[in-house]
Amino acid sequence: MNMRKGLGVIVLVLVFSLLLLGCQPKEKEQGLSGQLQIKGSDTIVNLAQVLAEKYMEEKPKVAVAVTGGGSGTGIAALINDAIDIANSSREIKESEINQAKERDIEPVSFAIGMDGISFIVNENNPVKDLTVEELGKIYRGEITNWKEIGGDDREITLYGRQSNSGTFAFVQEFVLLGDYSDKMMRMNGNAQIVEAVKGDKNSIGYVGVAYVKDENGNEIPGLNVLAVSKDANTQAYSPLDTESVKAGKYPVARAVYQIIDGKPEGIVKDWLEFVLSEEGQNIVETEGFFPVPSNLAAENDENLK
Amino acid sequence: MKNKKSNQAVFMLRNRKKSRLRESGYKYFFLCNGLLAIFVLGGIFYLLLTNAWPFFKEISLKEFILTKSWNPTGWNGASYGILSMVVSTLMVTFGAMLIAVPLGIACAAYLAEVASPGFREVVKPLIEILAGIPSVVIGFIGIVVLGPLLARILGTSHGLNAINGSLLLSIMSLPTIITLSEDAISSVPIEYKRASLALGANKWYTLIKITLPAGLSGIVAAVMLGMGRAIGETMTVLMATGNAPAFPTSFTDSVRTITSSIAIELGEVPYYTTHFHGLFAIGLILFMMTFFVNLVSDLILNKYQEVE
Repeated sequence: MNMRKGLGVIVLVLVFSLLLLGCQPKEKEQGLSGQLQIKGSDTIVNLAQVLAEKYMEEKPKVAVAVTGGGSGTGIAALINDAIDIANSSREIKESEINQAKERDIEPVSFAIGMDGISFIVNENNPVKDLTVEELGKIYRGEITNWKEIGGDDREITLYGRQSNSGTFAFVQEFVLLGDYSDKMMRMNGNAQIVEAVKGDKNSIGYVGVAYVKDENGNEIPGLNVLAVSKDANTQAYSPLDTESVKAGKYPVARAVYQIIDGKPEGIVKDWLEFVLSEEGQNIVETEGFFPVPSNLAAENDENLK
Repeated sequence: MKNKKSNQAVFMLRNRKKSRLRESGYKYFFLCNGLLAIFVLGGIFYLLLTNAWPFFKEISLKEFILTKSWNPTGWNGASYGILSMVVSTLMVTFGAMLIAVPLGIACAAYLAEVASPGFREVVKPLIEILAGIPSVVIGFIGIVVLGPLLARILGTSHGLNAINGSLLLSIMSLPTIITLSEDAISSVPIEYKRASLALGANKWYTLIKITLPAGLSGIVAAVMLGMGRAIGETMTVLMATGNAPAFPTSFTDSVRTITSSIAIELGEVPYYTTHFHGLFAIGLILFMMTFFVNLVSDLILNKYQEVE
């Protein structure tokens, strides 16, 4: 019994010491080395993770740690000087900039991609495009039948996300400007909405663009992705049309940011150059986002200098 | 010689002391285990109460219980009414009981009175395995299989509604109801049945008029325990009932239960705000509901044992 216990302790000690050895930084050679702490938005935490993996393949001496927690959490951590880069799926607020300045932090934002929300309906639905205002009315519960917006005489079934979702908040802020209809079904995730819309002729739902495309970038079968126009007088654009999203013509899209403290230097600069490079932007695209539009890219270049 | 004997006596005495000590040690060990359960229950209740208390300082009990809209993150201000979700929870639970009670009792009566012992030995464990299926799996079946099926049968556009939740919860509470009812029916004294049969009643009459009424308190307790399980179930209803917070008007409406609301909102709520304390308040309501159900079943069971 005692023998066994002793053996167990020895094995444990061995395992721990091996783990500790593994954690020790390797000896310095030439090239960049060090750590990079990234924290913030849940919307882009997966994207940042994939970017970090690729980056670490190229720069094996840099350790990049990515954690979520929400845009606000990330920015708060940046203000408290606990991290190097904050992920954010919204622009930094005026109040946050002021807080940061009080603590001698100079936040600089880099748009690393665009996030578009696609509105989807069942493939049998004749409605092909809607204005932002109509979408707002539908989700606020003011339009309840498809015939009011040029469809069949069917009651609309609303699918949306639960209130802990960033997409829920984004659509509310950009489209609804009010409360969601209490008839809207709060689904667990993007994939569940896609499946529900495929099976429900009366449905409308909203999901991240990545969820309505297959590997080749084509629309998945069973549903239609609605084109959306800013108002009745402008043209409607589809979120699948990368060029128009890039040009800022698709109305329900937002930039996603990485925010740093002051002028980029050292690893942070190298990281941002990687993210904004062609390779980095390709990853942004394969992860379901859109590359940085040209106007924001110019701003990024200015900030990187 | 004498010395040796007294030595032995001392040894035995010591031994006895030792074993007595050991015995009382065991006694206290088991006492502590028993107390632990009570302590945990008390702790949970205390935690719920203290965290819910600040909520009632800001929101009146009347608004909390009698208004329909629960929307703490509303665009034009927060509203804290739990009527819709309480009604949703009750609807789904009673729907489940409507299905599970007749089915469960019939199954239990069959197993206890009609089935051959060999068959019973096979079926009873199988039913108990049903209780071990994770709720997330049952919820998944609700989305993938039952939802589309219900939509087709009811002619609605989708099947994520109260009926779906009721059906799934009835499946989940069936094992509890069947096994406990079967125990209750089996423990009805054989003399009752013999007397009935001797008076010329047939098997069916004996079952309906003698055996089931005699085991009734046990059966009711079984139903209550099954109901307790259904009220508190979270994952299944979260997945299969659609979670629309509107006040339900029929069984084909999507509903959002108390448990789903807590599960959805607790992940994003800023701590120590009215909303946070509000979630504990609805947790407290849920606790009281299940506590009441369990208490009733316990009282009935006690009464039943006294009769025995």
